[in-house]
Amino acid sequence: MDLSLSDEQKQLQESADRFVRDKYTFENRRKIAATDKGWLPENWAQFAELGWLAIPFSEEDGGIGFGALGTMIVMEQFGKGLVLEPFLPTVVLGGGMIASAGSAAQKESLLAPMIEGKKQFAFAWLERQSRYNLADVSLKATKEGNGWSLSGHKGVVYNAASADNIIVLARTSGGAREEKGLTLFVVDGKAKGLTRRDYPTQDALRASELTFDKVSVGADAVLGTVDAGFGVAEDAVDRAIVALCAEATGCMDAINAATLEYIKTRKQFGVPIGKFQVLQHRMVDCFTNAQEARSMTLMASLKIEDKDAVVRRKAASGAKVQIGKSGKFCGQSAVQMHGGMGVTDELSVSHYFKRLTMIDLMFGNQQHHLTRYSNLAMAA
Amino acid sequence: MDLALKPEHKAFADEVRAFARENLSPATREKTFSGKHYDRDDHVVWQQALGRKGWLPYTWPKKYGGPGFDVTQRFLFENVLAEEGAPRIIPFGVKMVGPVIYTFGTDEQKERFLPGIRSSDVSWCQGYSEPGAGSDLASLRTRAVLDGDHYIVNGQKTWTSYAHWGDWIFCLVRTDSEAKPQEGISFLLIDMKTPGVTVRPIIMLDGAHAVNDVFLDNVKVPVANRIGKENEGWTCAKFLLANERLGIAEVPASKRGVRSLRELNDDPSLIEKIADVDLQVQALEMSELRALSTMALGGAPGPEVSTLKVRGSEIQQRIAELAMEAVGEYAAPYQPGMLFQDTNETPVGPDHAPPAAPRYFNMRKTTIYGGSTEVQKNIVSKAILGL
Repeated sequence: MDLSLSDEQKQLQESADRFVRDKYTFENRRKIAATDKGWLPENWAQFAELGWLAIPFSEEDGGIGFGALGTMIVMEQFGKGLVLEPFLPTVVLGGGMIASAGSAAQKESLLAPMIEGKKQFAFAWLERQSRYNLADVSLKATKEGNGWSLSGHKGVVYNAASADNIIVLARTSGGAREEKGLTLFVVDGKAKGLTRRDYPTQDALRASELTFDKVSVGADAVLGTVDAGFGVAEDAVDRAIVALCAEATGCMDAINAATLEYIKTRKQFGVPIGKFQVLQHRMVDCFTNAQEARSMTLMASLKIEDKDAVVRRKAASGAKVQIGKSGKFCGQSAVQMHGGMGVTDELSVSHYFKRLTMIDLMFGNQQHHLTRYSNLAMAA
Repeated sequence: MDLALKPEHKAFADEVRAFARENLSPATREKTFSGKHYDRDDHVVWQQALGRKGWLPYTWPKKYGGPGFDVTQRFLFENVLAEEGAPRIIPFGVKMVGPVIYTFGTDEQKERFLPGIRSSDVSWCQGYSEPGAGSDLASLRTRAVLDGDHYIVNGQKTWTSYAHWGDWIFCLVRTDSEAKPQEGISFLLIDMKTPGVTVRPIIMLDGAHAVNDVFLDNVKVPVANRIGKENEGWTCAKFLLANERLGIAEVPASKRGVRSLRELNDDPSLIEKIADVDLQVQALEMSELRALSTMALGGAPGPEVSTLKVRGSEIQQRIAELAMEAVGEYAAPYQPGMLFQDTNETPVGPDHAPPAAPRYFNMRKTTIYGGSTEVQKNIVSKAILGL
């Protein structure tokens, strides 16, 4: 048992921290969010150059073998700066699924260029009726010659507009909400029959509604095994959850630091408002919440590499419960303690609050994961 | 970074488990799992067995006769013993006064007092709180006046756990009433058999007797029993409190509590509440391990241990609350025989019902003792956040 970072891990942490300080001042972020893509190609090129796009992957797959702990380290720093580049959909989700289920040819044509910074991905799983159920998929893929034809709808697909390829979770057999009968397909972002409705999200990311109207793909578009895509998707989502937890931890550190600074300087009744015990105790609770979030994120980042799937799922859900709880507490408290300034667009605090709120909703909120964790724990 | 155990640590865990199975009396173990109160022998017999093995002062370095466990061993030691149903080690000797003596005491004092703590042949209790000095501990008024090579001590200590079992008491006393409150305090070790020491039981809301008033009436204490310099006792006091707060989170016992909640309940309205407290325990455990890892790299526990105490105590209360909620109306019958005595009586209601409500009532103490939640938050606010 050892909880200290290695020298290599510390270096990674420092370089991610430096990037965020240099490139993600609050004003800079505002400018990046307002660009066409909503993220900067030069930043992405820098990620590739620094080797960050290779972090979670094994050396066999062309990665640097830092695993989930490496992802945790950069995501935490990204959270501090509310970084907009699509690391999660491209590297953690897309790259993760290709690395775990892709053929040698798919790794060569998709993963290798992604690591070089030349390809981006999106993961399309959600549909209007799905809520948090990853298996609630009705977009249909039917056999068409040697290949497949996809028809249906996908929603809130992050990074779809920038993605070279969209990984689609589609139903190839079985009934609604059945885990068996789901297949992952790699679809060209500009495929014929695929239309997008793009929009910004509450937290300044980009997402799209996708309509598939008889989109044809070859047999080689199948990622993994036909009818057995659910397990691959679930595993990738669990990893994405842990990465999100790390991002949220960074957000909490930043929002707590901003709030602490604010209550030390803002004066009312002739004293800094941080002199009032009621605010001091609330600030301590924020600090404790962030500490717990960091502990659970660390635990999950270590356990998500476990061989036992139940251990991995419990770790991801357990951490997501904590992040939902702590993120809401820190976010709401920060806004409250900032008073009127907390509900404006002008300070960073509302932007962190919005991101923390959306993170809770991604891939299942606190209540959803409490139920999932509870069921897994009872079954054990 | 890695959570996995090395083979030598697995072997260590097996050794601890085998030791507990061999040395822990079945009657004591049974009390742990049924929620009965321990008597003095349950503690002393078990602690003396640990003492013979050299494990009782498990947090001490080798230099002072401890086993010099690393963080992982310490973690395993606490967890395995909790799983096996061992009573918690009474902290006043091993975790509190012992480290104060080896950190601030003279060589003579170390030689005189440490062996009895390591073997559990001498029982200790803590003379900190007074009727007028609770959260505001530094306002304490028990006075020690120098008279030749003795102090004459007068005053009253309260909430003294196990004073009725104690051979010795360590006390904070005022030796300078002119100085600022923190600067006129000294740290004295007092033999409970000294004339003028009187113990009065305080019965708690669940009917249990664990704490006492201790009256000190012209008690003669040799100057040689003072730890550290005169008027510098507050340094010892703070050092001790930080150590106290680290262990007070009681993570292994809470893990045991979660396991028994799960075994007893399949009510859907409860199982998610149990899952929620289970996750709180995991977060606390990981935070505690992070604090211990930092300490292993050098240094005493810092003010962040206050947050562990706050959460740890809230969790203990929550587990007790859920256990009572699970029992429902059968928590109502008050059955002291099932709590305090060996009895062959059949309990009214389910087996786990008798201790449920008393434990819930009793556990309210956890957010009050060892520095209340509010005091801990004041500490973090000042020492970490700079407010």
